[in-house]
Amino acid sequence: MSIDTEAELKPSAQRREPMGTKQSRGRSIVDGLVRSILPVLLALIVAGFIMLAMGSSPLAFFQGVWTYGLSGGNWQRSLVLMAPLVIIAVGLIVAFRGQLWNLGYNGQYLLGAVVASGVGPSLFAVMPAWLATLIIFVGAILVGAVWSLIPAILKARYGTNEIITSLVMSFIGVGIANLLIKGPFKDPSTPQPQTAVIPDDQLLPYIPGTQIHVGFIIAIVLAIVAQFVLTRTSFGLRMDVFGASPKAARHVGINSTWMVILLFALSSGLIAFAGSIDVLGQYSYQRANWDPHYGDAIMPFVFLARLSPLAAIPLVAFYAILATGGTLAAQQAGLNVDFLLVIVGLILLFMTITEYVGERRRLGQSYLPAGLRRTLVRPFQRDGRGSL
Amino acid sequence: MLSATFITVFVASVIAQTMPLLLASVGETIGEQAGVLNLGIEGVMLIGAYSGFVVTLTTGSFWLGMLGGALGGIVGNLAMLVLNVWLGLNQIVIGLAVTLIGEGITSVLYLQNYAKANASLGQSPSLPIPGLADIPVIGQAVFQQSGIFWVMLLLVIAVGFLLAKTNWGLATRAAGQKPSSLDAAGGSVLRTRSIAVLLSGAFVGLGGAYLSVLTTATFTGFLTNGLGFIAIVITMLSRGRIALVMITSLIYGVAVAIGPALQVIGFAIPADVIKMLPFIVVILTLIVFARSSVVPPALGAPYIRGAR
Repeated sequence: MSIDTEAELKPSAQRREPMGTKQSRGRSIVDGLVRSILPVLLALIVAGFIMLAMGSSPLAFFQGVWTYGLSGGNWQRSLVLMAPLVIIAVGLIVAFRGQLWNLGYNGQYLLGAVVASGVGPSLFAVMPAWLATLIIFVGAILVGAVWSLIPAILKARYGTNEIITSLVMSFIGVGIANLLIKGPFKDPSTPQPQTAVIPDDQLLPYIPGTQIHVGFIIAIVLAIVAQFVLTRTSFGLRMDVFGASPKAARHVGINSTWMVILLFALSSGLIAFAGSIDVLGQYSYQRANWDPHYGDAIMPFVFLARLSPLAAIPLVAFYAILATGGTLAAQQAGLNVDFLLVIVGLILLFMTITEYVGERRRLGQSYLPAGLRRTLVRPFQRDGRGSL
Repeated sequence: MLSATFITVFVASVIAQTMPLLLASVGETIGEQAGVLNLGIEGVMLIGAYSGFVVTLTTGSFWLGMLGGALGGIVGNLAMLVLNVWLGLNQIVIGLAVTLIGEGITSVLYLQNYAKANASLGQSPSLPIPGLADIPVIGQAVFQQSGIFWVMLLLVIAVGFLLAKTNWGLATRAAGQKPSSLDAAGGSVLRTRSIAVLLSGAFVGLGGAYLSVLTTATFTGFLTNGLGFIAIVITMLSRGRIALVMITSLIYGVAVAIGPALQVIGFAIPADVIKMLPFIVVILTLIVFARSSVVPPALGAPYIRGAR
């Protein structure tokens, strides 16, 4: 009898355990999905009501997004837009994981773009395209990295809040990019303030059989590499430790000054790289006063992806479709493109609300790692003095 | 070159550029002193600017326009009130959301309703101060401003007095410095912060309305162009002292007004440099005074009773 029960218990206990973990893992994935998708859905619904209130048709808008963002060959245009967006997302993730608020992305992106559009035409004229492309990419990354030094050093040395400094630097960066396009990089053959057009055959090649430039593949590979580095290497671990608690980081021998400078340089360099890849892949020139504000739009999705580069890809794809289709769709619905900003803002709001409700019910995990979340709630208490 | 008219125009332009920033920075100061960092100030300013513009255009009254701006600012700050002060959600994310929504909705509404008319509000009636208005140069620039200017200036000074010298000011600062001590003394952190956030919204909205109603006399999308973020920096450098807020805002006003003024007297400066100048001034100030920018210790921390 007793042997019998034991024999009976053992396999069932063995069976129950893996099943239990599988169930909870499945559930946490479902929870994660719900928490990522729910804010987007709620935002779209509320945006629909706002459109109704403004006398436009939400149906026409969403139909337009589908038509111009996906159907026909339009999905290819969405994928082209994804290339810079995914790279910017990775750049933001690098900074946010280290608990650094790099909000200077607009300036960083435009400075990277201006390296490609300004130096590009003369480089392509004198050397093979692959070499010029390489030089431009490296140049853009370096410019981005150097540009981030002021906020990074101020943060590392005096604890000056990087939200403010990076934002202010962003406005200066946008101004410098405009000055360069109107001044030294201006195409003399046209009265418009814009750079010379890089010939089509010098631009990044298309993926065979499509109209999508290889920058898309570069972006996806970059996201995969970043995912690996962040989750599977000691550097990623050090970053997370630093992000969770700079004090703890100091105890395990991480130099926080260098960490701040390095993460800022990486983040800013990647975002500048996105700018250069966008010019060499898609635009082929740059107009003055052009600023797509990609980073503003990507920020919520980076959080919804819980700072994971791989998880960011589908979310960025969603936004790329929304933005690609939304431009024409908004016109069709009698709106302006700026309405997309409202949708993105609503996603951010619903994200925090979903987070709040989820926390109450203890559903699944937060959209941020525990350490970053804690400091989000008390963001300026790093050294206890509350210096901003 | 430096004729009387030139100086008159320059001083008037400094005032026109300083006031929106001053009002917004005072609003941000009230919020920050109570422990609420409002990164959405850019969006709230735009909402205030838009509602001020619309009210002035429809009623024809500049005073009602300013009131509309203040109400718009209060509505804009409601998100911060409910989500941050009451529910304790992350201020930075909410702030960015408010900025994006404010930018988007005002731009779309303007393009939908007013862009074709390209309406300008005209000049608000000036209120010459008897006696002083007759002083040459300065009299014309300073003492023939709109009555709104004087009321706003009085409001700013009143806030400075209230924050420094009254029980309300003490409670507000306590809510930012050490909320638990306010709680222990029988005050309500939530109520103090709620009032501060609403008042802050009103001032930020007034700043936006001053910009659209008086400074530019019109509205366009993204009118503030980063002014809200500059207000955050000014607030941070001024450490809650309204007198310092006034001085730093004035420095900004001079930095903005000096570009066109130099162009008038023959120095051609590209418009982009003029736009960048205030930000360069800000970053240089931050580099020089990096150590001395101090904010309330409880800034950004939602207050949860009994939690440590």
